[in-house]
Amino acid sequence: MTEAFLILLGTIFVNNFVMVQFLGLCPFMGASQQFDSAVGMAAATTFVLTLSSAISYLVEHYVLVPFDLQYLRIISFIVIIASLVQFAEIIIRATQPILHQILGIFIPLITTNCAVLGVALLNVRQSLNFFEATLYGFGAALGFSLLLIMFAAIREKQAQQNIPVAFRGAAINMITAGLLSLAFMGFTGMD
Amino acid sequence: MNIQAMMVRVLLALIPGFLLMAYSFGPGVIINVGLAMLFCTGFEAMMLGLTRKPLRVLTDGSALVTGALLGLALPPYLPVGYLLIGCLFAMVLAKHTYGGLGRNLFNPAMVGFAVLIVSFPLAMSTWPDPGHRLADPLLVFSVKLHNGDALPVLIDGISRATPLDEFKFRGALTVAEFWDQFGPENARAWLYINLGFLFGGLYLVYSGVCHWRAPTAMLFTLAALSLPGYDYGSSASTGTPFMHLFSGATMLGAFFIVTDPVTSPNSTSGQWVFGVGVGILTYVIRVTGAYPEGIAFAILLMNGASPLIDHIEFRLRPHPGHSA
Repeated sequence: MTEAFLILLGTIFVNNFVMVQFLGLCPFMGASQQFDSAVGMAAATTFVLTLSSAISYLVEHYVLVPFDLQYLRIISFIVIIASLVQFAEIIIRATQPILHQILGIFIPLITTNCAVLGVALLNVRQSLNFFEATLYGFGAALGFSLLLIMFAAIREKQAQQNIPVAFRGAAINMITAGLLSLAFMGFTGMD
Repeated sequence: MNIQAMMVRVLLALIPGFLLMAYSFGPGVIINVGLAMLFCTGFEAMMLGLTRKPLRVLTDGSALVTGALLGLALPPYLPVGYLLIGCLFAMVLAKHTYGGLGRNLFNPAMVGFAVLIVSFPLAMSTWPDPGHRLADPLLVFSVKLHNGDALPVLIDGISRATPLDEFKFRGALTVAEFWDQFGPENARAWLYINLGFLFGGLYLVYSGVCHWRAPTAMLFTLAALSLPGYDYGSSASTGTPFMHLFSGATMLGAFFIVTDPVTSPNSTSGQWVFGVGVGILTYVIRVTGAYPEGIAFAILLMNGASPLIDHIEFRLRPHPGHSA
Protein backbone atom coordinates (compact mmCIF):
# COMPACT_ATOMS: atom_id res chain seq x y z
CA MET A 1 0.00 0.00 0.00
CA THR A 2 2.80 2.39 0.93
CA GLU A 3 4.53 1.36 -2.27
CA ALA A 4 1.45 2.28 -4.32
CA PHE A 5 1.16 5.62 -2.55
CA LEU A 6 4.81 6.38 -3.25
CA ILE A 7 4.43 5.56 -6.95
CA LEU A 8 1.48 7.95 -7.16
CA LEU A 9 3.29 10.79 -5.34
CA GLY A 10 6.42 10.16 -7.37
CA THR A 11 4.67 10.38 -10.72
CA ILE A 12 2.43 13.30 -9.78
CA PHE A 13 5.03 15.56 -8.18
CA VAL A 14 8.63 14.37 -8.10
CA ASN A 15 8.83 13.08 -11.69
CA ASN A 16 5.93 15.05 -13.07
CA PHE A 17 5.71 14.21 -16.73
CA VAL A 18 5.12 17.76 -17.91
CA MET A 19 7.31 19.79 -15.58
CA VAL A 20 10.21 17.46 -14.86
CA GLN A 21 10.38 15.04 -17.80
CA PHE A 22 9.06 17.53 -20.36
CA LEU A 23 6.67 15.06 -21.99
CA GLY A 24 3.19 15.96 -23.20
CA LEU A 25 3.99 19.61 -23.71
CA CYS A 26 1.87 19.99 -26.86
CA PRO A 27 -1.52 19.42 -25.21
CA PHE A 28 -0.21 21.30 -22.15
CA MET A 29 0.25 24.40 -24.31
CA GLY A 30 -2.50 23.66 -26.83
CA ALA A 31 -5.47 22.59 -24.73
CA SER A 32 -5.10 24.96 -21.78
CA GLN A 33 -6.79 27.99 -23.31
CA GLN A 34 -10.08 27.46 -21.49
CA PHE A 35 -10.59 26.00 -18.06
CA ASP A 36 -13.51 23.73 -18.91
CA SER A 37 -11.96 22.23 -22.02
CA ALA A 38 -8.76 21.66 -20.05
CA VAL A 39 -10.74 19.63 -17.51
CA GLY A 40 -12.26 17.59 -20.34
CA MET A 41 -8.87 17.06 -21.92
CA ALA A 42 -7.44 16.01 -18.55
CA ALA A 43 -10.21 13.44 -18.06
CA ALA A 44 -9.80 12.03 -21.57
CA THR A 45 -6.02 11.80 -21.22
CA THR A 46 -6.34 10.13 -17.81
CA PHE A 47 -8.65 7.53 -19.33
CA VAL A 48 -6.36 6.81 -22.26
CA LEU A 49 -3.12 6.90 -20.28
CA THR A 50 -4.29 4.53 -17.53
CA LEU A 51 -5.78 1.97 -19.90
CA SER A 52 -2.93 2.16 -22.39
CA SER A 53 -0.31 1.50 -19.72
CA ALA A 54 -2.30 -1.53 -18.53
CA ILE A 55 -2.93 -2.96 -22.00
CA SER A 56 0.56 -2.27 -23.30
CA TYR A 57 1.90 -4.13 -20.26
CA LEU A 58 -0.22 -7.16 -21.16
CA VAL A 59 0.79 -6.98 -24.82
CA GLU A 60 4.47 -6.65 -23.91
CA HIS A 61 4.49 -9.61 -21.54
CA TYR A 62 2.05 -12.01 -23.23
CA VAL A 63 2.60 -11.28 -26.92
CA LEU A 64 5.83 -9.44 -27.66
CA VAL A 65 8.20 -11.19 -25.25
CA PRO A 66 6.96 -14.83 -25.76
CA PHE A 67 7.10 -14.50 -29.54
CA ASP A 68 10.33 -12.51 -29.49
CA LEU A 69 8.72 -9.56 -31.23
CA GLN A 70 10.17 -6.72 -29.14
CA TYR A 71 11.17 -4.86 -32.30
CA LEU A 72 7.44 -4.27 -32.88
CA ARG A 73 7.08 -2.62 -29.50
CA ILE A 74 6.67 1.00 -30.54
CA ILE A 75 4.31 0.30 -33.40
CA SER A 76 2.09 -2.03 -31.37
CA PHE A 77 1.93 0.46 -28.49
CA ILE A 78 0.92 3.19 -30.90
CA VAL A 79 -1.86 1.01 -32.30
CA ILE A 80 -3.12 0.35 -28.76
CA ILE A 81 -3.05 4.05 -27.92
CA ALA A 82 -4.74 5.06 -31.17
CA SER A 83 -7.59 2.61 -30.69
CA LEU A 84 -8.08 3.75 -27.08
CA VAL A 85 -8.18 7.37 -28.24
CA GLN A 86 -10.76 6.43 -30.86
CA PHE A 87 -12.76 4.70 -28.15
CA ALA A 88 -12.52 7.79 -25.91
CA GLU A 89 -13.62 10.02 -28.77
CA ILE A 90 -16.72 7.90 -29.39
CA ILE A 91 -17.63 8.11 -25.71
CA ILE A 92 -17.11 11.87 -25.56
CA ARG A 93 -19.06 12.49 -28.77
CA ALA A 94 -21.98 10.45 -27.47
CA THR A 95 -22.07 11.81 -23.93
CA GLN A 96 -20.59 15.33 -24.12
CA PRO A 97 -21.25 16.81 -27.56
CA ILE A 98 -20.33 20.34 -26.47
CA LEU A 99 -17.00 19.24 -25.01
CA HIS A 100 -16.39 17.28 -28.20
CA GLN A 101 -16.87 20.44 -30.20
CA ILE A 102 -14.58 22.51 -27.97
CA LEU A 103 -11.77 19.96 -27.88
CA GLY A 104 -12.09 19.20 -31.60
CA ILE A 105 -8.72 18.22 -33.01
CA PHE A 106 -7.15 17.80 -29.59
CA ILE A 107 -8.87 14.48 -28.91
CA PRO A 108 -7.25 12.62 -31.82
CA LEU A 109 -4.04 14.38 -30.87
CA ILE A 110 -3.94 12.49 -27.56
CA THR A 111 -2.49 9.74 -29.75
CA THR A 112 0.57 11.87 -30.36
CA ASN A 113 0.82 13.01 -26.74
CA CYS A 114 4.35 11.84 -26.09
CA ALA A 115 3.54 11.29 -22.42
CA VAL A 116 1.20 8.42 -23.35
CA LEU A 117 3.76 6.52 -25.40
CA GLY A 118 6.46 7.62 -22.98
CA VAL A 119 4.71 6.01 -20.01
CA ALA A 120 4.13 2.76 -21.92
CA LEU A 121 7.80 2.57 -22.89
CA LEU A 122 9.07 3.60 -19.46
CA ASN A 123 6.95 0.86 -17.90
CA VAL A 124 8.83 -1.72 -19.95
CA ARG A 125 12.21 -0.26 -19.08
CA GLN A 126 11.50 -0.07 -15.35
CA SER A 127 10.27 -3.71 -15.31
CA LEU A 128 7.28 -3.01 -13.06
CA ASN A 129 4.56 -5.57 -12.41
CA PHE A 130 1.07 -5.22 -13.87
CA PHE A 131 -0.41 -3.38 -10.89
CA GLU A 132 2.54 -0.99 -10.62
CA ALA A 133 2.52 -0.31 -14.36
CA THR A 134 -1.16 0.62 -14.31
CA LEU A 135 -0.66 2.79 -11.27
CA TYR A 136 2.34 4.44 -12.90
CA GLY A 137 0.17 5.33 -15.88
CA PHE A 138 -2.60 6.60 -13.64
CA GLY A 139 -0.18 8.72 -11.58
CA ALA A 140 1.41 10.15 -14.72
CA ALA A 141 -2.08 11.04 -15.96
CA LEU A 142 -2.96 12.72 -12.65
CA GLY A 143 0.27 14.73 -12.75
CA PHE A 144 -0.44 15.78 -16.32
CA SER A 145 -4.05 16.67 -15.44
CA LEU A 146 -3.03 18.70 -12.41
CA LEU A 147 -0.58 20.77 -14.44
CA LEU A 148 -2.96 21.20 -17.38
CA ILE A 149 -5.75 22.45 -15.11
CA MET A 150 -3.41 24.67 -13.09
CA PHE A 151 -2.07 26.16 -16.30
CA ALA A 152 -5.56 26.72 -17.70
CA ALA A 153 -6.52 28.62 -14.54
CA ILE A 154 -3.37 30.72 -14.86
CA ARG A 155 -4.11 31.50 -18.51
CA GLU A 156 -7.71 32.45 -17.81
CA LYS A 157 -6.49 34.83 -15.13
CA GLN A 158 -3.90 36.33 -17.46
CA ALA A 159 -6.42 36.80 -20.25
CA GLN A 160 -8.06 39.46 -18.09
CA GLN A 161 -4.77 41.17 -17.32
CA ASN A 162 -2.79 43.63 -19.29
CA ILE A 163 0.28 41.62 -20.20
CA PRO A 164 2.77 43.76 -22.21
CA VAL A 165 2.13 43.36 -25.94
CA ALA A 166 5.55 41.90 -26.61
CA PHE A 167 4.90 39.00 -24.23
CA ARG A 168 1.27 38.24 -24.93
CA GLY A 169 0.30 34.74 -26.02
CA ALA A 170 2.93 32.08 -26.50
CA ALA A 171 5.78 34.12 -24.98
CA ILE A 172 4.24 34.60 -21.54
CA ASN A 173 3.02 30.98 -21.56
CA MET A 174 6.55 29.76 -22.14
CA ILE A 175 7.84 31.97 -19.33
CA THR A 176 5.11 30.76 -16.97
CA ALA A 177 5.79 27.13 -17.88
CA GLY A 178 9.51 27.67 -17.29
CA LEU A 179 8.96 29.25 -13.89
CA LEU A 180 6.55 26.45 -12.91
CA SER A 181 9.21 23.96 -13.90
CA LEU A 182 11.69 25.87 -11.72
CA ALA A 183 9.25 25.49 -8.82
CA PHE A 184 9.01 21.74 -9.47
CA MET A 185 12.80 21.48 -9.14
CA GLY A 186 12.12 21.80 -5.41
CA PHE A 187 11.12 18.13 -5.48
CA THR A 188 14.60 17.12 -6.67
CA GLY A 189 16.21 14.41 -4.62
CA MET A 190 13.07 12.63 -3.42
CA ASP A 191 12.65 9.05 -4.53
CA MET B 1 -3.71 52.58 2.49
CA ASN B 2 -1.83 53.22 -0.75
CA ILE B 3 0.92 51.00 -2.09
CA GLN B 4 3.71 53.30 -1.01
CA ALA B 5 2.53 53.39 2.61
CA MET B 6 2.24 49.61 2.62
CA MET B 7 5.72 49.13 1.21
CA VAL B 8 7.23 51.54 3.74
CA ARG B 9 5.64 49.54 6.54
CA VAL B 10 6.92 46.26 5.10
CA LEU B 11 10.43 47.73 5.00
CA LEU B 12 10.08 48.97 8.59
CA ALA B 13 8.86 45.55 9.69
CA LEU B 14 11.93 43.90 8.16
CA ILE B 15 14.31 45.99 10.27
CA PRO B 16 14.39 43.93 13.54
CA GLY B 17 15.09 40.67 11.72
CA PHE B 18 17.60 42.43 9.47
CA LEU B 19 19.52 43.90 12.40
CA LEU B 20 19.64 40.55 14.23
CA MET B 21 20.83 38.87 11.07
CA ALA B 22 23.54 41.48 10.53
CA TYR B 23 24.59 41.04 14.17
CA SER B 24 24.86 37.24 13.75
CA PHE B 25 26.41 37.01 10.31
CA GLY B 26 28.33 40.25 10.03
CA PRO B 27 28.42 43.05 7.47
CA GLY B 28 27.81 40.68 4.54
CA VAL B 29 24.10 40.82 5.30
CA ILE B 30 24.01 44.61 5.08
CA ILE B 31 25.89 44.56 1.80
CA ASN B 32 23.61 41.86 0.37
CA VAL B 33 20.48 43.78 1.22
CA GLY B 34 21.87 47.11 0.08
CA LEU B 35 23.15 45.81 -3.24
CA ALA B 36 19.97 43.80 -3.92
CA MET B 37 17.82 46.88 -3.28
CA LEU B 38 20.06 48.91 -5.57
CA PHE B 39 20.06 46.32 -8.39
CA CYS B 40 16.31 45.72 -8.16
CA THR B 41 15.59 49.43 -8.38
CA GLY B 42 17.95 49.67 -11.33
CA PHE B 43 16.25 46.81 -13.19
CA GLU B 44 12.84 48.24 -12.35
CA ALA B 45 13.87 51.61 -13.83
CA MET B 46 15.27 49.86 -16.90
CA MET B 47 12.07 47.89 -17.47
CA LEU B 48 9.87 50.92 -16.90
CA GLY B 49 11.89 52.67 -19.58
CA LEU B 50 11.63 49.73 -21.99
CA THR B 51 7.88 49.36 -21.52
CA ARG B 52 7.43 53.15 -21.74
CA LYS B 53 5.89 53.56 -18.34
CA PRO B 54 6.41 56.70 -16.21
CA LEU B 55 9.46 56.53 -13.97
CA ARG B 56 7.49 57.82 -10.98
CA VAL B 57 6.16 54.25 -10.60
CA LEU B 58 9.54 53.69 -8.90
CA THR B 59 8.37 55.64 -5.88
CA ASP B 60 5.88 52.92 -4.92
CA GLY B 61 8.82 51.15 -3.26
CA SER B 62 7.95 47.67 -4.46
CA ALA B 63 11.36 47.18 -6.05
CA LEU B 64 12.99 48.07 -2.73
CA VAL B 65 10.88 45.48 -0.92
CA THR B 66 11.71 42.78 -3.47
CA GLY B 67 15.39 43.67 -3.19
CA ALA B 68 15.30 43.60 0.62
CA LEU B 69 13.53 40.22 0.71
CA LEU B 70 15.91 38.69 -1.81
CA GLY B 71 18.94 40.16 -0.04
CA LEU B 72 17.80 38.70 3.28
CA ALA B 73 17.28 35.27 1.75
CA LEU B 74 20.80 35.04 0.29
CA PRO B 75 23.86 33.91 2.24
CA PRO B 76 26.27 36.73 3.13
CA TYR B 77 29.43 37.03 1.01
CA LEU B 78 27.64 35.65 -2.04
CA PRO B 79 29.57 36.86 -5.12
CA VAL B 80 28.14 40.05 -6.49
CA GLY B 81 27.56 38.53 -9.94
CA TYR B 82 25.21 35.91 -8.49
CA LEU B 83 23.31 38.60 -6.68
CA LEU B 84 22.94 40.54 -9.92
CA ILE B 85 21.57 37.44 -11.68
CA GLY B 86 19.05 36.90 -8.87
CA CYS B 87 17.83 40.49 -9.12
CA LEU B 88 17.64 40.24 -12.92
CA PHE B 89 15.39 37.17 -12.81
CA ALA B 90 13.30 38.61 -9.99
CA MET B 91 12.58 41.96 -11.57
CA VAL B 92 12.69 41.33 -15.31
CA LEU B 93 11.44 37.78 -15.77
CA ALA B 94 9.12 37.35 -12.81
CA LYS B 95 7.70 40.85 -12.62
CA HIS B 96 7.91 42.96 -15.74
CA THR B 97 7.25 40.34 -18.42
CA TYR B 98 3.88 39.98 -16.69
CA GLY B 99 3.25 43.71 -16.76
CA GLY B 100 4.72 44.91 -13.47
CA LEU B 101 3.37 45.34 -9.99
CA GLY B 102 0.06 43.65 -9.27
CA ARG B 103 0.12 41.31 -12.26
CA ASN B 104 3.03 38.98 -11.53
CA LEU B 105 2.09 35.33 -11.07
CA PHE B 106 5.10 34.36 -8.93
CA ASN B 107 6.67 36.21 -6.05
CA PRO B 108 9.68 37.97 -7.67
CA ALA B 109 12.06 37.58 -4.71
CA MET B 110 11.36 33.83 -4.52
CA VAL B 111 11.94 33.43 -8.27
CA GLY B 112 15.32 35.15 -7.87
CA PHE B 113 16.16 32.90 -4.92
CA ALA B 114 15.06 29.70 -6.68
CA VAL B 115 17.05 30.52 -9.82
CA LEU B 116 20.15 31.07 -7.70
CA ILE B 117 19.84 27.97 -5.54
CA VAL B 118 19.22 25.76 -8.57
CA SER B 119 22.12 27.29 -10.50
CA PHE B 120 24.71 27.74 -7.71
CA PRO B 121 23.78 25.24 -4.99
CA LEU B 122 27.17 25.23 -3.26
CA ALA B 123 27.60 28.98 -2.94
CA MET B 124 23.94 29.34 -1.98
CA SER B 125 24.13 26.92 0.93
CA THR B 126 27.40 28.20 2.40
CA TRP B 127 26.64 30.45 5.35
CA PRO B 128 29.26 31.94 7.68
CA ASP B 129 29.37 30.56 11.19
CA PRO B 130 27.73 33.05 13.55
CA GLY B 131 30.49 32.49 16.09
CA HIS B 132 33.18 33.73 13.74
CA ARG B 133 32.19 37.00 12.19
CA LEU B 134 34.62 38.51 9.73
CA ALA B 135 36.56 41.02 11.80
CA ASP B 136 37.57 43.28 8.95
CA PRO B 137 34.59 44.74 7.08
CA LEU B 138 36.81 45.61 4.14
CA LEU B 139 37.49 41.92 3.59
CA VAL B 140 33.84 41.61 2.64
CA PHE B 141 34.41 43.60 -0.49
CA SER B 142 37.35 41.53 -1.59
CA VAL B 143 35.37 38.32 -1.03
CA LYS B 144 32.34 39.81 -2.66
CA LEU B 145 34.12 40.88 -5.82
CA HIS B 146 35.99 37.61 -6.20
CA ASN B 147 34.64 35.00 -8.53
CA GLY B 148 32.55 32.16 -7.13
CA ASP B 149 35.19 29.43 -7.13
CA ALA B 150 37.45 31.33 -4.80
CA LEU B 151 34.70 32.00 -2.28
CA PRO B 152 34.78 28.78 -0.27
CA VAL B 153 38.58 28.92 -0.12
CA LEU B 154 38.70 32.47 1.21
CA ILE B 155 36.28 31.92 4.07
CA ASP B 156 36.54 28.18 4.38
CA GLY B 157 37.40 28.06 8.05
CA ILE B 158 34.37 30.02 9.06
CA SER B 159 31.68 28.86 6.71
CA ARG B 160 29.27 25.94 6.82
CA ALA B 161 25.77 24.92 5.82
CA THR B 162 22.81 26.12 7.84
CA PRO B 163 21.61 23.97 10.77
CA LEU B 164 18.55 22.92 8.78
CA ASP B 165 20.76 21.68 5.94
CA GLU B 166 23.28 19.79 8.09
CA PHE B 167 20.50 18.35 10.23
CA LYS B 168 19.16 16.50 7.20
CA PHE B 169 22.51 14.89 6.45
CA ARG B 170 23.55 14.15 10.05
CA GLY B 171 23.81 10.38 9.49
CA ALA B 172 23.10 8.23 12.53
CA LEU B 173 23.29 11.02 15.12
CA THR B 174 20.34 11.56 17.43
CA VAL B 175 18.92 15.07 17.73
CA ALA B 176 20.72 15.77 21.03
CA GLU B 177 24.05 14.52 19.67
CA PHE B 178 23.61 16.65 16.55
CA TRP B 179 23.16 19.86 18.50
CA ASP B 180 26.10 19.01 20.75
CA GLN B 181 28.29 18.69 17.73
CA PHE B 182 26.86 21.55 15.74
CA GLY B 183 27.11 24.11 18.48
CA PRO B 184 24.13 25.73 20.11
CA GLU B 185 25.13 29.30 19.20
CA ASN B 186 24.25 28.60 15.56
CA ALA B 187 20.74 27.48 16.43
CA ARG B 188 20.38 30.42 18.78
CA ALA B 189 21.33 32.88 16.03
CA TRP B 190 18.60 31.49 13.77
CA LEU B 191 16.11 31.54 16.63
CA TYR B 192 16.75 35.25 17.28
CA ILE B 193 16.56 36.08 13.58
CA ASN B 194 13.23 34.28 13.27
CA LEU B 195 11.93 36.00 16.39
CA GLY B 196 12.89 39.31 14.80
CA PHE B 197 10.92 38.53 11.65
CA LEU B 198 8.01 37.21 13.75
CA PHE B 199 7.97 40.52 15.62
CA GLY B 200 7.98 42.48 12.35
CA GLY B 201 5.30 40.22 10.92
CA LEU B 202 3.03 40.75 13.90
CA TYR B 203 3.44 44.50 13.40
CA LEU B 204 2.34 44.07 9.76
CA VAL B 205 -0.73 42.10 10.80
CA TYR B 206 -1.50 44.59 13.57
CA SER B 207 -1.21 47.60 11.26
CA GLY B 208 -3.45 45.95 8.67
CA VAL B 209 -0.85 45.63 5.91
CA CYS B 210 -1.36 41.88 5.64
CA HIS B 211 -3.89 39.39 6.87
CA TRP B 212 -3.23 36.71 9.50
CA ARG B 213 -4.82 33.67 7.86
CA ALA B 214 -2.18 32.30 5.49
CA PRO B 215 0.77 32.71 7.94
CA THR B 216 -1.25 31.11 10.73
CA ALA B 217 -2.28 28.23 8.48
CA MET B 218 1.28 27.74 7.28
CA LEU B 219 2.91 27.82 10.73
CA PHE B 220 0.34 25.49 12.29
CA THR B 221 0.59 23.04 9.40
CA LEU B 222 4.38 23.02 9.63
CA ALA B 223 4.27 22.45 13.40
CA ALA B 224 1.56 19.78 13.15
CA LEU B 225 3.43 17.83 10.48
CA SER B 226 6.77 17.94 12.29
CA LEU B 227 5.22 16.69 15.55
CA PRO B 228 4.86 13.00 14.51
CA GLY B 229 8.16 13.23 12.62
CA TYR B 230 10.01 14.24 15.81
CA ASP B 231 10.12 10.64 17.01
CA TYR B 232 11.57 11.56 20.45
CA GLY B 233 14.78 12.81 18.90
CA SER B 234 16.01 9.48 17.51
CA SER B 235 18.47 9.33 14.64
CA ALA B 236 15.55 9.11 12.19
CA SER B 237 13.87 12.18 13.63
CA THR B 238 12.94 15.00 11.27
CA GLY B 239 13.47 17.59 14.00
CA THR B 240 11.30 19.27 16.57
CA PRO B 241 8.39 21.50 15.58
CA PHE B 242 10.36 24.22 17.35
CA MET B 243 13.28 23.75 14.99
CA HIS B 244 11.02 23.92 11.95
CA LEU B 245 9.32 27.09 13.15
CA PHE B 246 12.44 28.95 14.28
CA SER B 247 15.14 28.07 11.82
CA GLY B 248 15.80 28.83 8.18
CA ALA B 249 13.50 31.34 6.58
CA THR B 250 10.28 30.19 8.24
CA MET B 251 9.15 33.48 9.76
CA LEU B 252 10.46 35.62 6.90
CA GLY B 253 8.52 33.46 4.46
CA ALA B 254 5.40 33.19 6.59
CA PHE B 255 4.84 36.89 7.17
CA PHE B 256 6.55 38.64 4.29
CA ILE B 257 6.16 36.35 1.29
CA VAL B 258 3.17 34.08 1.91
CA THR B 259 1.13 37.22 2.60
CA ASP B 260 1.95 38.81 -0.78
CA PRO B 261 -1.54 39.86 -1.93
CA VAL B 262 -0.68 39.64 -5.64
CA THR B 263 0.55 36.06 -5.79
CA SER B 264 -1.81 34.42 -3.29
CA PRO B 265 -5.55 33.71 -3.56
CA ASN B 266 -7.99 36.56 -3.02
CA SER B 267 -10.67 34.79 -1.00
CA THR B 268 -10.36 34.11 2.71
CA SER B 269 -10.93 30.37 2.29
CA GLY B 270 -8.38 30.38 -0.54
CA GLN B 271 -5.84 31.96 1.80
CA TRP B 272 -6.29 29.14 4.31
CA VAL B 273 -5.75 26.59 1.55
CA PHE B 274 -2.69 28.52 0.35
CA GLY B 275 -1.15 28.62 3.83
CA VAL B 276 -1.76 24.93 4.48
CA GLY B 277 -0.29 24.08 1.07
CA VAL B 278 2.87 26.09 1.73
CA GLY B 279 3.22 24.43 5.14
CA ILE B 280 2.92 20.90 3.75
CA LEU B 281 5.27 21.51 0.82
CA THR B 282 7.84 23.28 3.00
CA TYR B 283 7.94 20.34 5.42
CA VAL B 284 8.13 17.74 2.64
CA ILE B 285 10.90 19.53 0.74
CA ARG B 286 12.87 20.26 3.93
CA VAL B 287 12.71 16.66 5.10
CA THR B 288 13.08 14.70 1.86
CA GLY B 289 14.33 17.12 -0.79
CA ALA B 290 17.86 17.81 -1.94
CA TYR B 291 17.74 21.56 -1.29
CA PRO B 292 18.42 23.04 2.15
CA GLU B 293 15.34 25.21 2.37
CA GLY B 294 11.89 24.31 1.09
CA ILE B 295 10.06 27.59 1.61
CA ALA B 296 10.94 29.24 -1.70
CA PHE B 297 9.88 26.23 -3.77
CA ALA B 298 6.76 25.69 -1.66
CA ILE B 299 5.71 29.29 -2.20
CA LEU B 300 6.41 29.19 -5.95
CA LEU B 301 4.38 25.99 -6.32
CA MET B 302 1.46 27.48 -4.42
CA ASN B 303 1.80 30.74 -6.40
CA GLY B 304 1.25 28.65 -9.52
CA ALA B 305 -1.73 26.95 -7.93
CA SER B 306 -3.41 30.09 -6.62
CA PRO B 307 -5.36 30.95 -9.82
CA LEU B 308 -6.75 27.41 -9.62
CA ILE B 309 -7.62 27.85 -5.93
CA ASP B 310 -9.40 31.11 -6.78
CA HIS B 311 -11.19 29.46 -9.67
CA ILE B 312 -12.46 26.54 -7.56
CA GLU B 313 -13.46 28.87 -4.74
CA PHE B 314 -15.44 30.98 -7.20
CA ARG B 315 -17.26 27.89 -8.48
CA LEU B 316 -18.07 26.65 -4.99
CA ARG B 317 -19.20 30.00 -3.63
CA PRO B 318 -22.98 30.41 -3.65
CA HIS B 319 -23.98 33.11 -6.11
CA PRO B 320 -27.32 34.60 -5.10
CA GLY B 321 -29.48 35.46 -8.07
CA HIS B 322 -27.88 32.94 -10.38
CA SER B 323 -29.02 29.43 -10.89
CA ALA B 324 -26.09 27.01 -11.03
